Amino acid sequence: MYDIVIIGAGIAGSFIARELSRFKLKILIVDRQNDVGNETTEANSAIIHAGYDAMADQLKGKFNAPGNKMFDTICDELDVPFKRIGSLVLGFNEDDRKTIQNLYNNGLKNNVPDMRILEKDEILQMEPKLNEDVVCALYAPTAGIIGAWEFAIASVENAMDNGVELELETEVTGIEKENFGYRIYTNKGEKDTKYIINCAGVYADVINNMVTEPYFSITPRKGNYYVLDKGLDLVNHIIFLCPTDKGKGVIITPTVHGNILIGPDSEFVNDKDSTATDVSGLRYVKERALLSSKAIPFNKVIRTFAGLRAHSDRNDFIIEEAKGAKGFINVAGFESPGLSAIPAVAQYVVNIMQKLTGGLIYKDNFNPRRRKTVCFNLLSDEEKKDIIKKNPMYGNIICRCETVTEAEIVDAINRNCGARSVKAVKKRTRAGMGRCQGGFCSPRVMEILARELGKDWTDIPYDSTKSYILTEETKRNQQDNDSKMGG
Amino acid sequence: MISYDIVVIGGGPAGLAAAIEARNYGVKKILVLERDKELGGILQQCIHNGFGLHIFKEELTGPEYAERFITELKSLKIDYKINTMVLTITKDKTIHAVNPKDGYMVIQAKAIVLAMGCRERTAGAISIPGTRPSGVFTAGTAQRYINVEGYMVGRRVVILGSGDIGLIMARRMTLEGAKVLCVVELMPFSGGLTRNIVQCLNDFDIPLYLSHTVTNIKGKDRVEGVTIARVDENRLPIPGTEIDYDCDTLLLSIGLIPENELTVKAGAQIDMRTNGPVVNESMETTISGVFACGNVVHVHDLVDFVTEESRRAGRSAAKYVQKKLVEDGNEFKIEALNGISYIIPQTVRIDNVDKSLDLYLRVRNVYDRVKLVIKADQETIKEINKRHMAPGEMEHIVLSKDLLQEKSFERLTIEVKEGI
Repeated sequence: MYDIVIIGAGIAGSFIARELSRFKLKILIVDRQNDVGNETTEANSAIIHAGYDAMADQLKGKFNAPGNKMFDTICDELDVPFKRIGSLVLGFNEDDRKTIQNLYNNGLKNNVPDMRILEKDEILQMEPKLNEDVVCALYAPTAGIIGAWEFAIASVENAMDNGVELELETEVTGIEKENFGYRIYTNKGEKDTKYIINCAGVYADVINNMVTEPYFSITPRKGNYYVLDKGLDLVNHIIFLCPTDKGKGVIITPTVHGNILIGPDSEFVNDKDSTATDVSGLRYVKERALLSSKAIPFNKVIRTFAGLRAHSDRNDFIIEEAKGAKGFINVAGFESPGLSAIPAVAQYVVNIMQKLTGGLIYKDNFNPRRRKTVCFNLLSDEEKKDIIKKNPMYGNIICRCETVTEAEIVDAINRNCGARSVKAVKKRTRAGMGRCQGGFCSPRVMEILARELGKDWTDIPYDSTKSYILTEETKRNQQDNDSKMGG
Repeated sequence: MISYDIVVIGGGPAGLAAAIEARNYGVKKILVLERDKELGGILQQCIHNGFGLHIFKEELTGPEYAERFITELKSLKIDYKINTMVLTITKDKTIHAVNPKDGYMVIQAKAIVLAMGCRERTAGAISIPGTRPSGVFTAGTAQRYINVEGYMVGRRVVILGSGDIGLIMARRMTLEGAKVLCVVELMPFSGGLTRNIVQCLNDFDIPLYLSHTVTNIKGKDRVEGVTIARVDENRLPIPGTEIDYDCDTLLLSIGLIPENELTVKAGAQIDMRTNGPVVNESMETTISGVFACGNVVHVHDLVDFVTEESRRAGRSAAKYVQKKLVEDGNEFKIEALNGISYIIPQTVRIDNVDKSLDLYLRVRNVYDRVKLVIKADQETIKEINKRHMAPGEMEHIVLSKDLLQEKSFERLTIEVKEGI
């Protein structure tokens, strides 16, 4: 019997699990995917918004700015890449200036610190590659960029270090109310629990409807993105276009790893699994982005992707005990600024749990710090020298584009919440994330995964266990094995 | 700090030939650094034959071709390190490299030869719409899985791009029991060698669809199908021409990109047309004493030409170390005009040209019965009749030194002129 089962290991489920792992609770996280942070969390803008755009009377407005403030400490504890690079919302005419003034005023209501409205000269000084037609911009220095899936992975790892359990490829198929709480039916058996926290992203309504009458719905909003190669020196801040009636502005931003990310568009879709990129969406992103800067080198694109935001019909976060289902808490409609707000939201959820349980008891031995990961590429020459001496696997470069070593990959596999697939290694170490997109390193990553996990190459998937990479051994290899067996 | 006369970065066909040639020209301390676990580079996974017709006058497989150079390198006792990744090279020719055995190395060279080869263009680079399941491979990666690691990558295959690796892999996958449904080429002509189209597609009844592209990838976990469509003259898909294929694999052979991250970091000038460094007649980059050869400079279709070019680079590096290379004197630029996509080298110091100057170029389109017109400044100095030229086949032009020395000029241009 669990005290709490968290459904969904996206950013919400992951970080709430980590915050609840401070207390004496038996907690399980289940996710239908083969890795944590494998849906919306891995396909968004990875921005920690300053908090000026959400309305103060909404949960989005209430939690964004306070959440933003907490990231320095959290990312230090969890060893997650995070940079406060500041954001600019660009205005190109007097209508935009009004919008920007409104955003500024709203930001004041939300207690967003240090905002300023900049004029053309200062903007172009800060960002020389922007479109020279810019007239003004809202500058919010507290906005930041983060490694979004790293944040989820680190949160779950730290939660597991503190006793939380994780079950992947576990899909919830039904929930029954019981006198002790709930019985959750999954493809991997039943889980009994006193409380449930529903963090199921675009499926949060489906999960909710398993225990109570439908009272909200989640519609996925798809967004396409481009990822550009490193070393382009395009922009140094998060660049937004003014939101218009045609949609929220397309963003151009550096990533924490030095790539450029451009997107998203915004299209409501029916299919909750529809993360296919589409030509019209990508074209829209390109056209809009070129309004912000004409200098974008689209020939340096190394990847495109699309993600889904979980948009609720309440047009706000839904964070509450479900109507008609005691002990079942929804954390739903968690679209932007969900990532930015999650630290504050998690505290709010902890408070809900305090009330429901009549008081949670702190663990004595909670460790807020995740063991640091080594990023060989970022070490100084001296540090590189020393670390290879200690562990020669740091001298074996597996991913040449991102300079990822064998030691980093082995570590990523053998930690709590460790990598079980080629993509999981990619998310943790960046092997395969570079300009050759795993062309050279994927066979070697497979070799390491197979060795560390004691599996055959053919059993190493790209992502889910159904996403096989290799079908079988070649004829020649089979013959060799047969003759070995025969002899 | 370790020091060498010449450090060669890359132990594939280019690096091996350059190192051997430099040794044959009298340089003692030479080191080859190779990132893979064996020498030979991509040749080791090219188990088909057809290598060596120019250099050895016989048909070898890739590993056989490599082996000849590896054996020679070893018999000449040239130092090499495998599993060794170069992290940076600097303008003053210091090389930072790592491997598990020697750890972090700083190596000082008098001359450097860049021979890092190239990488494949990816699905991401061309933004194919659709899902991102497993089962999308670049042809070279699939080749490595099959020929080196011994695993099949799929059973029903569509290949996008008719570059040579794609063609070779169409045959290879067929021989391993897979069904190759078609090869789809965006351009109205193939980028591969004619002999590969005949031997790898026609002989196996694999259709080649020119002026087509992949417009959608389907499948959540593994590829379940792709859609192809005809493209118009602007290479945009024509609605209504879509054909769906059920397949579990999409191979991509959509171009190779010289791998020049080290070159750029060192500060050498890059030619936007080749994506490789600008080189002179000695295969020297814009950094004095840093030479380059093979696919890191421009993508070759035959390894034999890589060997020839790399021997030139090795010889020049040897001369540089021996201070026999003329650093100043008369210099002219070479420029690609109408119909030519690029020419190697981009600059020439005539004093370093021996008897003749070798030029390598690619044309932009398929041409039949045309002339290559070579001009020194405005004056035509040579015309070469060509029955057939295609972007997939590199052209080699030899100009005698005498011809180039008749007059002084600043700019040598080459263009395609219609009609013989």
